[in-house]
Amino acid sequence: MTPEIEMNSIDQIPIQIAIKRTEAEQDGRATVIAVAGLHKSFGSQKVLNGISLKVKRGETLAVLGRSGTGKSVLLRLIIGLTKPDSGSVRIHGVDIAGLALDQMGEIRKKMGFLFQHAALYDSLTVEQNVAFPLQHHQKKMSKSERADRVRGLLAEVGMEGAVAKMPSDISGGMQKRVGLARALALEPDILLLDEPTAGLDPISSGEIDDLVLKLQEEHHMASIVVTHDLHSAKTIADHLALLNEGDVVVQGDFEELQNSDIEFVREFLKHS
Amino acid sequence: MIAPRLSAAADRATPLPAPLTLPGSSTVATKGPINPFLEWFGDLGIFFWRVARAAATPPFEFRELFRQLDEIGSKSLPLVALAGAATGVVLSLEARYSLTRFGAKSLLPAAIVFSVIHETGPIITGLVVSGRVGAGIGAELASMKVTEQIDAIEASAVNPYRLLAATRILACILMMPLLTLASDACALFMGWVSQALVEPVSLHQFINSGFSGADFNDFLPPTLKTAVFGLIIGLIACFQGMRTQGGAAGVGRAATSSVVLSSLFVILADVVLVKLIIIFFP
Repeated sequence: MTPEIEMNSIDQIPIQIAIKRTEAEQDGRATVIAVAGLHKSFGSQKVLNGISLKVKRGETLAVLGRSGTGKSVLLRLIIGLTKPDSGSVRIHGVDIAGLALDQMGEIRKKMGFLFQHAALYDSLTVEQNVAFPLQHHQKKMSKSERADRVRGLLAEVGMEGAVAKMPSDISGGMQKRVGLARALALEPDILLLDEPTAGLDPISSGEIDDLVLKLQEEHHMASIVVTHDLHSAKTIADHLALLNEGDVVVQGDFEELQNSDIEFVREFLKHS
Repeated sequence: MIAPRLSAAADRATPLPAPLTLPGSSTVATKGPINPFLEWFGDLGIFFWRVARAAATPPFEFRELFRQLDEIGSKSLPLVALAGAATGVVLSLEARYSLTRFGAKSLLPAAIVFSVIHETGPIITGLVVSGRVGAGIGAELASMKVTEQIDAIEASAVNPYRLLAATRILACILMMPLLTLASDACALFMGWVSQALVEPVSLHQFINSGFSGADFNDFLPPTLKTAVFGLIIGLIACFQGMRTQGGAAGVGRAATSSVVLSSLFVILADVVLVKLIIIFFP
């Protein structure tokens, strides 16, 4: 049974207590992300239609689907950048609905987010981009410690040679690597990746996949990867969820997806 | 307990206000013309509340504040000084012509001084800063918004209202009176130069004559009212920038609307502030 802390009122949320690891989490198998009955519409366009998902510590879930099916919206809802119409998102058992910005910040410190286009700060160098979360949340860290940590993170993603470069001076694949290093800066236990291989050549895509796998092995995070690259999903994910018209059509491992009788699933696999 | 409820609701981690409709903007919705206008004010109020709360609670972003003080203050100084200087020359030429016609040429220094410190200096500075800084802030934040950099800041558990908006607004509030002083000084100096070229008079004599009937009530309230102009410029530019949508076109719209709206509201605020100053500092 998933250990969860019931929260009914914003004022009663003991964030610091709530995000402490429960015993089950320390075993490594507790549900870290729990999404239930999530609905989201933009005007008259229904994007998500009651999605429910769970991701445990150390697991990687790949969310697949056609463009415009709400995959990226799902990630934004999970990290609280977009507000759902109904349904709940629980992170470490805490329902994030109605949290104040600073309370949500405490939860976000445990989450790393790689944006589809990396979203690097274009007025900062690569090094300053990766140092940004550390500067704001690790105030006791000395400058040299921070510099070492940043260089370590950049080395981890193979970008140690680009510390002084501006984001506009590096390629899209390199920007994603830097974005990944920034997402890992606060040692999150949740990693959300929005199309990490989109727009990259096959070699760069493979490198990003290998990098994500390596990071998963080293950090044991709960990860959700949004992609429409089936090959990438198969490589890096333990489970897959296929979205269509705002709902999960099928959820399971790759074999379950392959053996599905659902017409949309077969069609999707055929064209992937 | 309405106030705490309101404050909690306004401060929730909801996304930044969605782009609403603005009079004269291409994003005007298909609703009636009044609703979008009221919605805009409502959203501006919520935005201001969030920024005020973020500014009043730690952690304080001093480094970014100092950067903005330089960006908004020091880098606006040449433009403001030039505008002030040009205004001083024009005032001197116009006032000389008018006062000579009415036989009151001896009042020329006082006319220039009073005109500059009461109204011309503050309003010219307000409009120049709303043009330079308003467009800069609007375009910069809009560009950050459409490239998801503001979302990335929020995803990094940093409050964008505190880091981006509060620092810029506070810098505008603090720098506007100082820029106004610089503008006033340049206007008076060039007013004297313009006068001295026609009819030799020392700077000392010009200033003494100009300020002979003036006291602090003539000088302080009009200078300090520009802090309100700073609030208006910073608030509107940050608001317009942070609610942008729609790529490059959205950035352009945000920059334009920041300048237009902040200039407009600076002028409207000036009307109210002048009246208040007359009432409270007769």
